[in-house]
Amino acid sequence: MTLLWGFLWGVASVATIAGGAILGVWWERKVSARIQMRYGPQQIGPYGSLQMIADVPKLLFKEDIVPDLADKAVFKLAPLFVFGPVATSMVVIPFAAGWAPVDMSVGILFFLAVPSIEVIAILLSAWASHNTLSTIGGLRATAQMISYEIPRSLAVLSVVLLAGSLRPLDVLSAWQWWWAPLTFVGFVIYFIASIAEMNRGPFDIPEADSELVAGYFADYSGMRWASFMMAEYGSMIAASLFGAVVFFGGGWPLSGAAGVVLLVIKTVLIMTAVMWVKWTFPRPRQDQLMSFCWKVLTPLALLQLVIVGAVLPWL
Amino acid sequence: MQGAADHIVLAAFVIIGILFVPLTLTASRLLAPSKPDERKLDTYECGSEPIGPPWVQFRIGYYVYALLFVVFDIETVFLYPWAVAFDHLGLFILVEMVIFIAILAAGLAYAWKEGALRWR
Repeated sequence: MTLLWGFLWGVASVATIAGGAILGVWWERKVSARIQMRYGPQQIGPYGSLQMIADVPKLLFKEDIVPDLADKAVFKLAPLFVFGPVATSMVVIPFAAGWAPVDMSVGILFFLAVPSIEVIAILLSAWASHNTLSTIGGLRATAQMISYEIPRSLAVLSVVLLAGSLRPLDVLSAWQWWWAPLTFVGFVIYFIASIAEMNRGPFDIPEADSELVAGYFADYSGMRWASFMMAEYGSMIAASLFGAVVFFGGGWPLSGAAGVVLLVIKTVLIMTAVMWVKWTFPRPRQDQLMSFCWKVLTPLALLQLVIVGAVLPWL
Repeated sequence: MQGAADHIVLAAFVIIGILFVPLTLTASRLLAPSKPDERKLDTYECGSEPIGPPWVQFRIGYYVYALLFVVFDIETVFLYPWAVAFDHLGLFILVEMVIFIAILAAGLAYAWKEGALRWR
């Protein structure tokens, strides 16, 4: 019975990510088009909203190519572990007070740790492709993703400190409105580091199309390629949801169903900001990216932590 | 984690998450054409012939960042139990943690000074 329940939840989560990816791609096309003073998709459905429904069959009908020189077993296996961790990380997100798919006592740590498995999958796919561009992309992705994990976890830590618990449901119920201004720097750090974790622009140097074609997934095609794309959009959705819960109190000030709607609105706003950043800023160089992480974000995150720690005993 | 039931739900999540990709791949296999030829199965480098094998030694810079990551990730994980137990332990633990963070920051400053953060 519980297993069935779990499978249902799993299907719901994967459907949320896949559907969210479809909607997200459409939304991103619209947002990017507006930023570039174009219209974006507008032919299929109202405001082009059915464009992605036309694109999914297109992807399904694409030929699946496995290059001759690639390490075939690893090449085929890697996309599974790109998408799996992202879908799994959704399990701990509390959507409303007392309501999360799995109520885990170390949920915050789980959410920060599990998507990191993606790094290994990306490195495997890059190495297995037997392609110079992929290899460079994979190495860049690894260096970037592991580095930005540090400021990201430190930023979330300041909220954990305020809540005194690693249980996402406890964080949500303990959340106070003044946490948002107090941890705002933390949120900005989390936001930047999350963009780097997703390998999205402007931090998309591992897949920079103008120099590395598509980086670590240059040799992937069809649905295998789509699983990388879905993982990217999935982690954008998951990171935005988590950010909305942890830094902006989920459905606060509403509760119940209205709270869930508000949470979705906050999530969409954060996602739109992620897209806005992508389509506005130029791509930095690899060394600029790494020194920004280690010389700016990490010290700032530590400072944020010390400030919260110093304020907390007097509250 | 409250009990066995939650573990089962989690396991189901992992299974669905991993099975989703093979499922779509099967659908694609049924629908998509497959006419491989020599050119298609070639390594894709924008049409130019790949020069040399890509499986080579790479620059040390990446390795240095991996080492830095190991050090700082462990220290970050150390901070988590501290944050959770903060309420019970009071001011003393705060001072202790400020010292710990200062040591962390000193480590970062040292790595910075030694040029570990410089891209080579």
